[in-house]
Amino acid sequence: MNILYDERVDGALPDVDKAGLLKALQTQWPDLEVLHQQEELKPYECDGLSAYRTTPMLVVLPRDIAQVQGLLRLCHERHVPVVARGAGTGLSGGALPLEKGVLLVMARFNQILHIDPEARTARVQPGVRNLAISQAAAPYGLYYAPDPSSQIACSIGGNVAENAGGVHCLKYGLTVHNVLQVDILTVDGERLTLGSNALDSPGLDLLALFTGSEGMLGVITEVTVKLLPKPQSAKVLLAAFDSVEKAGRAVGDIIAAGIIPGGLEMMDNLAIRAAEDFIHAGYPVDAEAILLCELDGVEADVHDDCSRVRQVLEQAGATEVRLAKDEAERVRFWAGRKNAFPAVGRLSPDYYCMDGTIPRRELPGVLKAIAELSAEYNLRVANVFHAGDGNMHPLILFDANQPGELERAETLGGKILELCVKVGGSITGEHGVGREKINQMCAQFNSDELTLFHAVKAAFDPSGLLNPGKNIPTLHRCAEFGAMHVHAGQLPFPDLERF
Amino acid sequence: MHGTGDFDDSQALLEQVNQALENATPLRIQGSNSKAFLGRINAGEILDTRSHRGIVSYDPTELVITVRCGTPLAELKQVLDAAQQMLPCEPPAFGDDATVGGMIACGLSGPRRPWSGSVRDFVLGTRVITGLGKHLRFGGEVMKNVAGYDLSRLMAGSFGTLGLITEVSLKVLPKPRQTLSISLDMDSERALRNLAKWGQQPLPISAASHDGERLYLRLEGGEGSVASAHERLGGELMDGGYWDDLNEQRLPFFDEDQPLWRLSLPHNTPKLSLPGRQLIDWGGAQRWLKSDSQASFIRQVVDETGGHVTCYSHGLIDSPFQPLPDALMHYHRSLKQQLDPRGIFNPGRLYAEF
Repeated sequence: MNILYDERVDGALPDVDKAGLLKALQTQWPDLEVLHQQEELKPYECDGLSAYRTTPMLVVLPRDIAQVQGLLRLCHERHVPVVARGAGTGLSGGALPLEKGVLLVMARFNQILHIDPEARTARVQPGVRNLAISQAAAPYGLYYAPDPSSQIACSIGGNVAENAGGVHCLKYGLTVHNVLQVDILTVDGERLTLGSNALDSPGLDLLALFTGSEGMLGVITEVTVKLLPKPQSAKVLLAAFDSVEKAGRAVGDIIAAGIIPGGLEMMDNLAIRAAEDFIHAGYPVDAEAILLCELDGVEADVHDDCSRVRQVLEQAGATEVRLAKDEAERVRFWAGRKNAFPAVGRLSPDYYCMDGTIPRRELPGVLKAIAELSAEYNLRVANVFHAGDGNMHPLILFDANQPGELERAETLGGKILELCVKVGGSITGEHGVGREKINQMCAQFNSDELTLFHAVKAAFDPSGLLNPGKNIPTLHRCAEFGAMHVHAGQLPFPDLERF
Repeated sequence: MHGTGDFDDSQALLEQVNQALENATPLRIQGSNSKAFLGRINAGEILDTRSHRGIVSYDPTELVITVRCGTPLAELKQVLDAAQQMLPCEPPAFGDDATVGGMIACGLSGPRRPWSGSVRDFVLGTRVITGLGKHLRFGGEVMKNVAGYDLSRLMAGSFGTLGLITEVSLKVLPKPRQTLSISLDMDSERALRNLAKWGQQPLPISAASHDGERLYLRLEGGEGSVASAHERLGGELMDGGYWDDLNEQRLPFFDEDQPLWRLSLPHNTPKLSLPGRQLIDWGGAQRWLKSDSQASFIRQVVDETGGHVTCYSHGLIDSPFQPLPDALMHYHRSLKQQLDPRGIFNPGRLYAEF
């Protein structure tokens, strides 16, 4: 167990009667699938962040909402923590199980309930895969816009819980911009509908509050998403640069020209070479950076925008600008980017993906600082970047079998995130805090801000049973973390007692 | 970037809030009072936000602007205009001196809303003076930020009941290269059917309204797409000033004496049969009703569509916002209790219960 995320820092583990709970579940719902033996529990010990593992106490796989409701009530009565999990593709350990908690797997809720082409909505169960929604909407010429790289596997319930993004966020928004209504169960099993089929609903915007709340406020049981008409045309330009700074400036120039690309991605040399080796996308392997710029919309506009962007890129000093000559080449250009993580994974036994965001103007300085940190910690870092919206994904390469390398990778990752906060950014753009970035939350928020977050939590889950230990650190954790991690001789929480 | 009268008055605002907390004095937060007609009548010591004003930062290539709450909305629009950018959600001002704080707190959006998103969709970060007497920062100046709960977006449309918004960072976008408005002769039933059909196609429509006689459309985008959509849809060219008049409720429709109701509906709801006159906006998702009917009757009709009703005639009924189901009200009160335990921020403005 690693000190950086050890749940014991947040206090003693709850005293839970596993056998009693199991018996109660089996008596109440004889056909409810409950996993309780070590070998059955093992596959659920982690989500997409496989460096962090905990064997859950029990895994429950309900098939109807009444079972979820009953489970929540039972756990609430018995003070048993519950962690909800969708497809388990999250990259921040948001669905990391608890030793003394139930893992509630929502994957069986995988039905698309209704596609309404006139209303341009899809009503789906939470376990439906992101891509499955677009596939079901395709016959009507519609699609669901947010497209996280894991869209083939990740489920919509998890997308809402994490406020998932993707490569088209700048133009089409995050999950929060594309969801109309969410049904949830509260910690004691009460059903609430947030949002509506209209564009707004009376009262406070609890839909916005719940989106991205990482399973801390309720369990999602149904989601209605907006569908959009598929753009008529999409074209991709690939531009090569001999420096990352120039590529970074080119991004600003495109936006200054009044153009909002559908997607705008940057990769550095290490990422380019890895992707090219793996996918053979046709990337220029000598370039220090490439930009992929997708322009989508009505045919005539896309054509005009392509010439405008080409001109901007050339003026910004691109050594080469290539327009994907056909759909096959466009798909290949994207395949290189979408497979950048596994491609980098081939360079090294393990990699650790960061998710900080920064104001774009800070890019050159931040990349330079990352290079310095990379040298200091003696670990290679490849940079993949949603350049349009300032979301960086530095990939730290390491070998977990080498003693100390995981810890060094984690420390380096933490430094990169703190750097993002320092330049006015955030520790996470789309992957969530989960368990992974729980300590860096202490760098982004002060104790009064964290106290207010805890107040929000208390409004919905006063007993703290939903996904405890994730998303919002305890003040005690921040004091502990701060003690290990003193900035310029100043403790972040000078007024707190230390243990 | 500095305008006349720029001033950071947050310290004084914080002191006033702390004083109110100490004495448990309810506060009535106001800017220019341009939207005081909306919501319940709430009494309290006046907290005027207008001394805290100015644009804190704006970099057009970052597509983000950060503004203090007391800044006039007109000033914000002017600054964006000069950089060929805009607030895509087109918030109505309802007065020459409307402030940015009021615009966020009320969360009202204009004709482009169904296509662009609402005020809350463009909120990236806020600074808020809380019910625990602290001046805090949530969200930030970056497009993507999922650290912690999204308190910034929660503030939009909360009518000042959860805290005092002192500063907001908003996403902005370049203005479209081409804009063109047309009117088409068709009744509202056909217009709604057409809008549902066109909505499934990649057409550059950015506003759609029907006044009972004609359908009005705004087309926005590149020169090519706007021209080809115009060619396809036909219609007569019209003055784009219509959209501002609609947004600011300056059309003759709004002059009539009867009470004004806002109906928020699934956009493909067919024509609703209700006594009085109707004006369709948001491509069918927002409909204005001038009617003497009882609130309960209008709400009953609208409930069946999955929508809700707001009364825009001040003081006409005790609950201008649609009453909430009990379970949802319980969590609203619980959240208010946690974030504003002494109940000082605009109590009763949204609902009598908190």
